[in-house]
Amino acid sequence: MTAYTATVTVRLKHGVLDPEAETTKRALERLGFELEALRSADRFEVDLEADSADDARERADEMAERLLANPTIHDYDVEVAER
Amino acid sequence: MTVAIIRFGGSNCDRDAERALEYLDIDAEIVWHEDGLPEETTGIVLPGGFSYGDYLRGGAMAARSPIMAEVREAAADGVPVLGVCNGAQIGCESDLTEGAFTTNESARFQCEHVYLRVERDDTPWTEAYDEGDVIEVPIAHGEGRYEISDDRLAELEDDDRVLFRYCDENGETSPEANPNGSKHDIAGILGDRDSVAVLMPHPERVTLPDVGSTDGQGVLRGFESA
Repeated sequence: MTAYTATVTVRLKHGVLDPEAETTKRALERLGFELEALRSADRFEVDLEADSADDARERADEMAERLLANPTIHDYDVEVAER
Repeated sequence: MTVAIIRFGGSNCDRDAERALEYLDIDAEIVWHEDGLPEETTGIVLPGGFSYGDYLRGGAMAARSPIMAEVREAAADGVPVLGVCNGAQIGCESDLTEGAFTTNESARFQCEHVYLRVERDDTPWTEAYDEGDVIEVPIAHGEGRYEISDDRLAELEDDDRVLFRYCDENGETSPEANPNGSKHDIAGILGDRDSVAVLMPHPERVTLPDVGSTDGQGVLRGFESA
């Protein structure tokens, strides 16, 4: 078994309104920053022991499918690294 | 018959629902989620509130609690299920109903009275109304914007699963009358069966005459006719 960290990034699907990001963008502009757009995302770092990186990825994938992301509004990706 | 009102940690409209149902002479009982569904359950309310502190997403945690497997099973057997506010979020998160309720367009928590247009009058929840009727019901949510893919939305509408839409006092829909940016002004929808419904507004808060309007009574009476 090897120790891995699987990083799951959950973001809104393209085209789904992100009011919090819009509000954050406006706040940055009020502070004098110039920007075209801003997107927010949630990142989960999952420490786990697995036989292989593929195994760790598969398990993190299932975590995203079943809880961390809502497939109606979210896309997600998983990156796995040894820790 | 006994309607089980499922209390999760953070539910806070469970007692409102109980009082409203009792007022309508509908037998109801608050059930702690860890205790499971009572055998004599003939109806289920997923009440409003902030189950699990809205961690991750409104309703996400409660939807994965063991009792929801029992609720899905009961719903498939035809037991009427009504999800209100946080209960509507739980309903969508647990696939009892399609789509998702997410952050309001305003990015703010909104607590106000809204008008709803009854889109179907042949379901248990709306038998008391006529199609096109306008009822006044309060909302209190930060994550009530109905979101669904365009394909699924078309299916939902083709299948006539939309129960309530936000509207003005004359029953007209418009961006101004839509409090949270919900797609196609959707405030409440049906599941696969007409006996399963979820909505963001709170009918239980406009049931007791003491608090003013009683426009929500008809929705709760769904437990009598379902």
